[in-house]
Amino acid sequence: MGIEQKLGNLGVVTYRLEDVVNWGRTNSMWPMLFGLACCAIEMMGAQAANYDASRFGMELNRPSPRQSDLMIVAGRVSRKMAPVVRRLYDQMPYPKWVIAMGDCASCGGVFNNYAIVQGVDEVIPVDVYVAGCPPRPEALINGIMTLHEKIRGESLDKWN
Amino acid sequence: MTRDELAVKILNENLPGVVESVSDFRGERTLIVPKKRIKDVGRVLRDDPALRYNFLSDIVADDYLPDYPRFAVSYHLLSLPHKHRLRLRVWVDDPDDGPETMAELWPIATWLEMEVWDLMGVRFAGNGSLRRLFLPEDWQGHPLRKDYPLGYEEVQFSFNWQEIDAKKPYAKE
Amino acid sequence: MAQRMPQASDTVRELSVEEIRAKFGTGMEILDAEEHMLLSMGPQHPSTHGVLRLLVELDGETVVNVAPDIGFLHTGVEKNMEAKTFTKALVMTDRMDYLSPMTNNMAYIMAVEKLLGIDITPRAQVIRVILAELSRVSSHLVWLGTHALDLAAMSVFLYCFREREYLLDIYEMVAGQRMMVSYFRPGGLWRDVPDEFEPAVRHFLDFFPAKIADYEALLDRNPIFLARTKDVGVISGEQAIAWGLSGPSLRGSGVDWDNRRDMPYAGYEKYEFDVPVEQVGDVYARYRCRMREMRESLRIIRQAMDRLPKGPVNIDNHKIVPPPRAELGRSMEAVIHHFKLWTEGFIAPDGYVYQVIESPRGEIGCYLRGNSTNKPARVHFRGPSYVNLAALPLMAKNRFVADLVAVIGSIDIVLGEIDR
Repeated sequence: MGIEQKLGNLGVVTYRLEDVVNWGRTNSMWPMLFGLACCAIEMMGAQAANYDASRFGMELNRPSPRQSDLMIVAGRVSRKMAPVVRRLYDQMPYPKWVIAMGDCASCGGVFNNYAIVQGVDEVIPVDVYVAGCPPRPEALINGIMTLHEKIRGESLDKWN
Repeated sequence: MTRDELAVKILNENLPGVVESVSDFRGERTLIVPKKRIKDVGRVLRDDPALRYNFLSDIVADDYLPDYPRFAVSYHLLSLPHKHRLRLRVWVDDPDDGPETMAELWPIATWLEMEVWDLMGVRFAGNGSLRRLFLPEDWQGHPLRKDYPLGYEEVQFSFNWQEIDAKKPYAKE
Repeated sequence: MAQRMPQASDTVRELSVEEIRAKFGTGMEILDAEEHMLLSMGPQHPSTHGVLRLLVELDGETVVNVAPDIGFLHTGVEKNMEAKTFTKALVMTDRMDYLSPMTNNMAYIMAVEKLLGIDITPRAQVIRVILAELSRVSSHLVWLGTHALDLAAMSVFLYCFREREYLLDIYEMVAGQRMMVSYFRPGGLWRDVPDEFEPAVRHFLDFFPAKIADYEALLDRNPIFLARTKDVGVISGEQAIAWGLSGPSLRGSGVDWDNRRDMPYAGYEKYEFDVPVEQVGDVYARYRCRMREMRESLRIIRQAMDRLPKGPVNIDNHKIVPPPRAELGRSMEAVIHHFKLWTEGFIAPDGYVYQVIESPRGEIGCYLRGNSTNKPARVHFRGPSYVNLAALPLMAKNRFVADLVAVIGSIDIVLGEIDR
């Protein structure tokens, strides 16, 4: 077929379970299809032809929170939206991670006013913040890489 | 005769004395009319064959806080056949006693008036669907009024980090 | 008047029939609460193009009633602009309709210029037209990609975004930012376009017509796409006018109206172009309108590129436009102007203006009032998506839920502009 013919008899590899599990988690991460504002367009850009997020095993955007393990909060979170964001987060199964994409989701950005929650971290815990208004697709991909690094260092009993 | 003048002339013929005053600024004409007669004015402007303002472009409420009357509601009309824009303006002193709804003439008015009520708090008589549109249902106040604060949150720097951090309602996890 | 912050324990409840009646008033009449099903679609739904929530009353699969519930992206743009000077408030307009920031900038900046009573240079005028039309094309590309994606044609999305990246590169070249450009400034532009601008746009004009043909080849003979768009979401011309539809949604219903041609601004009367009009008023007609509009935009850009005049891009009134950087070292007056402009801004006269331009979604209007200070006293935007959304119940009634998705896509809403 393919690679196994070239390799011959592989035998047994011993490895730490934790590393294998974390490696698996980083390479098939399913983000939730959840766009709020401007950053969502750059998120779509990151998944489209030029930047192609499927290189990192995440071409599938799941519209259902129950099937996803990464929430990219792409855009400003209004006071009316905040309980919805929280509920979507609660509906995601463990293990789950959150990327706050863009200035608005990280800290409120230019909108320091009555309507916008000053950073989505007031509502849900955030793992990686990506700066920019909006961040370029490269910046988002860098944020995802940073998250992968963080996951590689996680211990298995974190999600128990 | 320009279309600006024609509108005033026809209005004065049909509804004598309805145009309280006329203002021109940067080539835009505004007709200030009494609040109670806004619907009659709208009907003439829409139906008169020489005018035909059949497209209601926008309804804007404006807050002149220290002055009285405090609110001004502007209707931006567009005549598609005659390619002309006109602004109607009424003064509203009591926001709970606003102008009558224009939904009979232009159905879109219901929807535009909802925005005005939610953000500026001017109530339109006869509009049954005024509700919280942009803001959560339990919101108090109307944010675009001048006496409503912007809701500015102080920016965290390293020198005041702890002080502001203590006030933030983080998710307890 | 402090509002309670959202808490971790807050949840979103399903509303009961009584609560819906109390909340929506006459906006949502529930015909049969016993037999019909009430479905809440959104705010997190892949085909609502953002955070729109629709309350749908269903009889089996047929939509009996639908009421939009918006505000999940309410940003307070209008209030926030009142707290900034005229120039600083510009950055807010980009983030309203984030698919075509250039036309938003243009509506606001033209309103400011009208309020101040200034005219801009011919070169700036032509560059504005070029960029506004490029913005129309890039906005229609996102619309086409997502609309086709909603109707299960995945590959169109990838093609559209590939071409859009090219346009974003042009934006980045002129403004330094891919999306939130803030390139148009009161009195002209931020700065002149670089030398690479002209060849880049000409290259785009050369290769893009073939790409439009590609998209049409993918969709126009696709039986699934045709079945889901033809005769779906029909709205007549009279209804479209009464409900204030604008842009391709209005022209798809046979109303021949385009602000660029009929009430020209920014020198559009000097260009030769057609206004695409379709008669049927269904989803397919609106799709055809936008596809033809892209070709017309290319025509305008080509004419504008051919007549791009030489000369300055900013007026030399340094009360409004900052003096050139090089002058700051030589002239005391320039330093004072620079300082005054960036600390205080300029003063606008008393009065109010309303500026309308044709954005990719329709008629975007900017109402602006000055009160002899350096900040706008009131800014209001007529968001074309906001007004177009009101006609959604009309188009979607008595159709299937699946058609609702097609109709939402066809009126091309951007939630940032609806909620502002």
